Amino acid sequence: MTLWTDLFILALVLTNFKLLATSRLAALIKTTAYQAVALSVIPLTLAARPWPLHLALLSLVTLAVKGGILPWLLRRAMREAEVQREIEPIVGFSASVLIGMVLLGMSFLIAVPLKLSVPMQSAFLFPGALFTTLTGLMIIVSRRKALTQVVGYLVMENGVYAFGAALAVQEPLLVEMGILLDVFVAVFVMGITIYQISREFDHIDTDRLSELKG
Amino acid sequence: MTGRISLIYWLSALVLAPLLPGVINRTKAFFAGRKGQPLLQLYHDLFKLLNKGAVTSRTASWVFGAGPVIGLAAVLVALALVPAGGIGSLLAFPCDFVFLVYLLGLARFATVSAALDTGSAFEGMGACREVQFSLLAEIALLLGFAVLAAGTGQLSLSDMFARLWSRAQASTNSTALLVAGSFLIVLLAENSRIPVDDPNTHLELTMIHEVMVLDHGGVDLAFIAYGAAVKLWLFTSLLVGLALPLHTGRPLIDLAGIVAGVFAAGVFLGTIESTMARLRLIRVPQMLLVAMALSLAALFWVLR
Repeated sequence: MTLWTDLFILALVLTNFKLLATSRLAALIKTTAYQAVALSVIPLTLAARPWPLHLALLSLVTLAVKGGILPWLLRRAMREAEVQREIEPIVGFSASVLIGMVLLGMSFLIAVPLKLSVPMQSAFLFPGALFTTLTGLMIIVSRRKALTQVVGYLVMENGVYAFGAALAVQEPLLVEMGILLDVFVAVFVMGITIYQISREFDHIDTDRLSELKG
Repeated sequence: MTGRISLIYWLSALVLAPLLPGVINRTKAFFAGRKGQPLLQLYHDLFKLLNKGAVTSRTASWVFGAGPVIGLAAVLVALALVPAGGIGSLLAFPCDFVFLVYLLGLARFATVSAALDTGSAFEGMGACREVQFSLLAEIALLLGFAVLAAGTGQLSLSDMFARLWSRAQASTNSTALLVAGSFLIVLLAENSRIPVDDPNTHLELTMIHEVMVLDHGGVDLAFIAYGAAVKLWLFTSLLVGLALPLHTGRPLIDLAGIVAGVFAAGVFLGTIESTMARLRLIRVPQMLLVAMALSLAALFWVLR
């Protein structure tokens, strides 16, 4: 079982690097969908078979929301805002990958001294989840386009979710479902906001929005 | 017994190495709908070049002539260091992977010095690119070897590859695949294959390796072409040893398997070259950074 968990966490880590290295928004969105697939499988690999019903349900809903609906919403926002790629990020793509490597190392370093109150089944789960969260944060602070920042937010939440996945066996289903609903609503609202911004100002560059002080 | 098998492998690699570029070319020709050059084309080329004299520029010194010789010698020794899957290498000692990387570095240094020695502006440019890209590729390569060493707990390449897939340990096997991905990118960069360099264009501005050897001719060029083929074989066999678990216990079957694997990898490389466009030069370091990231992620994985 841990072999599969490790493999899917590895997939999570690799998608993070892909997210840091790519400039095309369509590829970014597609990668978040792949990440969602890995994410939805991780809780299942941790649980003993036969899988409890609530866990299978959680996994399915995660796949549907994060792998289906959210990418669809983001792609629609992309089409309506008429942006194809992140052109001038604040931190370049090569530098982002380098920083990503440092973040990955840091996540592993932090995981060692932390004594978690709940024992983790896989030694990689905590570093992988932390790295995903940090990657999301990195994308939010280093990119200019509002849409990319929404993707960053989504990735950050994916990290939190991966961390929660370890506890999902004990944790009530309602909490995870609540988080999922929150994210859905947030991305939904952000998608509408991006559309409004791009219609009003002809761009979705967040840097230039700060010039709008009254 | 194992020593004799290793010797047989080394010799067969030396004989079969020029066939590998032929296989790649035929695959590319197949994708393009052409008939393609004969499989044995490189053998004919080598034979032709060995019978030719060479003209040397008046500005060139002895460094120019020494480049191909040192380059070929270093690559031949490097091949003796590389194990083929479960078969041990001809030369094996603790930490030989560092020696291997340095030998490849020495071959590169010789080629680059010979290129700079001609005083040609084009060759200087090619040398500059070669060094720039290998700077990143070397880190990925060394980190990858470090992963294997840490994962298997062995220090010589032969022991590493022998233990790699035999132990049913999850962390080692999944990281071996990561390292294989990293080595694939390094292979493409080090052997100037398509996403990095296109050997077919004969336009100096776009090439890396071919530019550096523009002034070489005759026997020197034969040495360079043969050295490149052996280097390609070396990297391909490393990749095959990583990605394919070939441990039947019978050395001769392992040997046949690894040779077949290398040619299968040649077809795979040809497919990559046919389906991908050459990257812009400024994107190449980014690709090598990804190779570094893969190796480093694997290293963290192993060390925890």
